[in-house]
Amino acid sequence: MRHTLAVLVENNPGVLARISGLFSRRAYNIHSLAVCQTENPSLSIMTIVVEGDSQVIEQVTKQLHKLVVVHKVTNLSNEAVVDRELALIRVKVKQETRLEILQTVDIFRGRVVDLGRNSLTIELTGDEDKIDAFVRTMKTYGILELVRTGKIAIARSES
Amino acid sequence: MGNLKQDLLVARDPEFTWEDEESLATCKSKYNGAKALLDMLEKEGVELIFGYPGGVLLTLYDALLDSSIKHILPRHEQSAVHAADAYARVSGKVGVCLATSGPGAANMVTGIANAYMDSVPLVVLTGQVPTHLLGTDSFQEVDITGMTLPITKHSYLVKDANDIPRIVKEAFYLASTGRPGPVLIDLPKDVMAAEVTSSCPEKVHLPSYKYFSKGNAGQIIEAAKAISQSKKPVVYAGGGVITSAAGPSLRQLIEKLNLPVVTTLMGIGSIPSSHPNLLGMVGMHGTVTANLAVNDCDLLIAIGVRFDDRVTSGLKHRFATKAKVIHIDIDPAEIGKVVRANIPIVGDARLVLEDLLPKVQVPETSAWWNQLRAWQRKYPLRYEQNGHLNPQMILEALGQIGGEHAIVTTDVGQHQMWAAQFYPVKVPRHFITSAGLGTMGFGFPAAIGAQFAKPDSLVFLVTGDGSFQMSIQELATTVQYNLPIKIILMNNGVLGMVRQLQKMFYNERFNQIQLHANPNFVKVAEAYGVKGLRVDKPEEVEPALITAIDYPGPFLLDFTISPDEVVLPMVPSGKVITEVLGGED
Ligand SMILES: Cc1ncc(C[n+]2csc(CCOP(=O)(O)OP(=O)(O)O)c2C)c(N)n1
Ligand SMILES: [Mg+2]
Repeated sequence: MRHTLAVLVENNPGVLARISGLFSRRAYNIHSLAVCQTENPSLSIMTIVVEGDSQVIEQVTKQLHKLVVVHKVTNLSNEAVVDRELALIRVKVKQETRLEILQTVDIFRGRVVDLGRNSLTIELTGDEDKIDAFVRTMKTYGILELVRTGKIAIARSES
Repeated sequence: MGNLKQDLLVARDPEFTWEDEESLATCKSKYNGAKALLDMLEKEGVELIFGYPGGVLLTLYDALLDSSIKHILPRHEQSAVHAADAYARVSGKVGVCLATSGPGAANMVTGIANAYMDSVPLVVLTGQVPTHLLGTDSFQEVDITGMTLPITKHSYLVKDANDIPRIVKEAFYLASTGRPGPVLIDLPKDVMAAEVTSSCPEKVHLPSYKYFSKGNAGQIIEAAKAISQSKKPVVYAGGGVITSAAGPSLRQLIEKLNLPVVTTLMGIGSIPSSHPNLLGMVGMHGTVTANLAVNDCDLLIAIGVRFDDRVTSGLKHRFATKAKVIHIDIDPAEIGKVVRANIPIVGDARLVLEDLLPKVQVPETSAWWNQLRAWQRKYPLRYEQNGHLNPQMILEALGQIGGEHAIVTTDVGQHQMWAAQFYPVKVPRHFITSAGLGTMGFGFPAAIGAQFAKPDSLVFLVTGDGSFQMSIQELATTVQYNLPIKIILMNNGVLGMVRQLQKMFYNERFNQIQLHANPNFVKVAEAYGVKGLRVDKPEEVEPALITAIDYPGPFLLDFTISPDEVVLPMVPSGKVITEVLGGED
């Protein structure tokens, strides 16, 4: 099963190496990892999507906690969360397919951010499933380039 | 640029750089990183460090001349770490070692891994190239913090000399609290020469670092209940018992409740070898009774252990399958890592045992003890007395003559296992061995570290002809510092442990285990100025040991033993205990 961990770490050089080194050394499987500074510039937040059963996730969490640079580990899979991913996708266009593609982009609430002679670049945010579905659709036209950020997530506020 | 002084210096030292000129000119006056480092070491109570100099450390070695800290010069950086490691294991203090950048630092890697595996508190100092050259593949540059990431508890690359006081304080705190381990501080050359204006912080401020001391009260009550109700309990004690000084509490517990105990290799000495409740070492070369007890028990009380595969045979689902498991450990990540724990208790072993003691009632174990005693009678630790010199006989004699306060360090191989089985260890911190990493070459520098920790104690090194040659250069160190270490060399002419495995599991297809060109070890010792004696016959053992012990300096005893000796009993790796070889009388 996939789990999403929010790992609050010190914002220092070498921290990413410590975290990724831990995952590779102990053979934990990272599905995706996104890092950025928090509102406090001395801290960064890593959103790590990791594959494993509950025993593996417990070990991952405990081993992460042992790193001196790790302040907090939250397993967001146990909580109600908002999660998003951003993708930038460049697809091949022809005269005959342009309209169809633009309509699809609209349905997925994407945006065209760049236009080329034979291509369109589309920005899309959403959860993983939505982006997967969009990517599948675009494959029929021909994807020239694709980048995805990996998941970021935040716990829902209490209402 | 060039003046005569510079030219002379450059001519003398190929590693000289122009910054040396600057440091030479200023190090006498300025309060620099090197001085701040040494002041901090003094504040932390460091009396001696094991180190080896080099180009980037010149400022530090200059400052050392004016420091109260004693510097010991082993003949290899790996020995410096191993010596600091054993110094820490014997004294309970943090060991400190030092090496220059590049090759010096890289030579310490094995030693750091060794300390990490056995949870030994070390502060490892490495020189580094100046900050402006970092990352440029400059002369003698290695990314030592990167290389040691998975084998250190934490590490620092110091970029600002003003961080030195804080970092050193943190390093000692991290190395020695919670589950101990090595902490590395990488010190670029210019940082050690730069001026320091900061002062030592009052307190360590590490908001993200916490460790446990007392165990959860509810869990301790659960454990007390389980123990009181058990019919076939076994205590499985490891290195954590020794680290936390829990030996006396453990002894109270087993005596009050009449509990049987098995120890790991790291746990040897936690309970005196002569204690009637001790069933011996558990695992691959443990006693049959210890292994059968763990296999059959209904309650396993695991204290300061990590269910290493040398104990479980790597078969976690077939280990102690009938037992409820109480697991007491200071490292939460150890609990549930290998074997599920029914009652996990995170905390310091001594504090947990102290809380547990008043809450437990004596379980009814007489039937269990009958069973255990029957196994002990059926499967004693034994060896064949064949008129030749047996390694086991030497170790038993050593135990008798050495007395209970002698410290034994070992190397790795058959001789190590024989020492674990047959040397009667009476006191914690008196049996020093490379357990988790199994590092050949550890024993000799470890004996040096042990002798510095306890200058008045008798220190024995039990080594093999293979292992000894991985650190043989340390003969010079023992002479230079007049360390009266007694070297017990089990000379079988082979890499015995590997030979044993080839003999038992590879149809005697021996390969690369003959040490054909072994030197005359007595002559080698003599060349260094160490006394030596060769021993070939059983009746010579005792007088030889007495001669060596009575001699005021280092002494090497070269015992000729047969390459055909094997370590038994043995649970082949990947097999359960019931498939033990060579156990039956
Ligand atoms: C640094 C290192 N290299 C290789 C090994 C693998 N190994 C384990 S025991 C052993 C043989 C040790 O020979 P010796 O020191 O003569 O001891 P003996 O087994 O003969 O008593 C070897 C090669 C090791 N443990 N450490
Ligand atoms: Mg040998």
